[in-house]
Amino acid sequence: MPEHNVTNAESPVAVERLTHHFGHTIALSGVSLAVPRGGVFGLVGENGAGKTTLIKLMLGLLVPFRGNVSMFGMDPVKKPELVLARLGYLSEDHDLPHWMRVSELIRYNRAFYPDWDDTYAEELRKRFGLDAHAKVKNLSRGQRALAGLLIALAHRPELLVLDEPSSGLDAIARRDILAAIVRTVADEGRTVFFSSHLLDEVERVADTVAMINKGKLVLCAPMDEIKAQHHTLTLQFSEPIGAPPKITGALSIEGRGREWTIVCNGEMSAARASAQTLGATIIEETTPSLEDIFVARAGRGAMNA
Amino acid sequence: MLIHLSHKNGVPLYLQIVSQVKYLVASGRLRPSDEVPPIRTLAESLLINPNTVARAYRELEHAGILVKKQGSGTFVSDAGSRLAWTERIKVLTDRIDALLAEAHQLDVPTEQVLALIKDRDRLIAAQPQQEKQNAGA
Repeated sequence: MPEHNVTNAESPVAVERLTHHFGHTIALSGVSLAVPRGGVFGLVGENGAGKTTLIKLMLGLLVPFRGNVSMFGMDPVKKPELVLARLGYLSEDHDLPHWMRVSELIRYNRAFYPDWDDTYAEELRKRFGLDAHAKVKNLSRGQRALAGLLIALAHRPELLVLDEPSSGLDAIARRDILAAIVRTVADEGRTVFFSSHLLDEVERVADTVAMINKGKLVLCAPMDEIKAQHHTLTLQFSEPIGAPPKITGALSIEGRGREWTIVCNGEMSAARASAQTLGATIIEETTPSLEDIFVARAGRGAMNA
Repeated sequence: MLIHLSHKNGVPLYLQIVSQVKYLVASGRLRPSDEVPPIRTLAESLLINPNTVARAYRELEHAGILVKKQGSGTFVSDAGSRLAWTERIKVLTDRIDALLAEAHQLDVPTEQVLALIKDRDRLIAAQPQQEKQNAGA
């Protein structure tokens, strides 16, 4: 796999050969990646793939078993206050103190951040339609996520880290979250790191995508590169064939009889040539969606999963 | 400017924007010197990465369809309408390719397809007249 040529100094986040276990369960295994500054980095993978573990290691909430984590060039376990001051974080379960009112929640959190911007916090509260007097426990799940997002954003962090921000939310709250990601990155130099299993959302907003499956990094590249390097081919044979055809670069094959659909990676000419050798006609050639690519690499039909 | 993005068909989002802006210009819904939305505004309304919009606009500028004016915004260029004809032909060419591919699959020869197109054209051309006659009767 091509490594990202981004040095630690340029990257808000860089991890090297990161391995982490929970008892006998391997959560992450030899993961290396660097997040480019000023873009949206999407981390995708199924539930339990290791996404939250990676985020917790980035935040210094876990001490890595093996490997290095560098946040803005610092170790988050040794310098938590310096690292956390420069990032905003929204956790998966939006855990906020239930007994507080929205106004109290804002006042409580502003104390932790010297760069807290009151005007911006108030603007976000209005934009998200949050009632200052409402108690956190009475907010809907979507409103609680937006309250968490307000707190993550109001000190205008260099890096916004969102763990499954829109999982379990209704369409309107999901739009608000996506809009916040878009606005954050539109502000010069800010970086967004978010994990999601909703691949159409990642396809919308991410510049760079990392896929993890069962704790291993299966793909990490700019979105354009990923889209350019994957193809879906539909082949037709003159006679039904019993076993899936062998196509160069194939990641997954589906079909039966005369028609087979293949998601492949790499040079199209190689895949075309091997189809021709087998006497098949290519009846369709398309670009797969990010979801198709993920399923081809990590789903049940995948050839190397 | 109305743009619809699809996440099902796999076509990169910037290319979907490029082809839809071309189509809007070709169909006359965007006219020379019309302003297109700023990058940030379009990104926020489509909920996509601003870099994607920037890339689409760059491509459209490169193709001579959009022109950036220093400090004021991005506009449909005057050359846009001349390009519109080629775009119209291109839109039709894509449709014709799909039609021919389907005819081939169904084992219908090209001559037959041409004859069918002429038949349908005559039929469609005749229809409004029939309606007029019906209305007059």
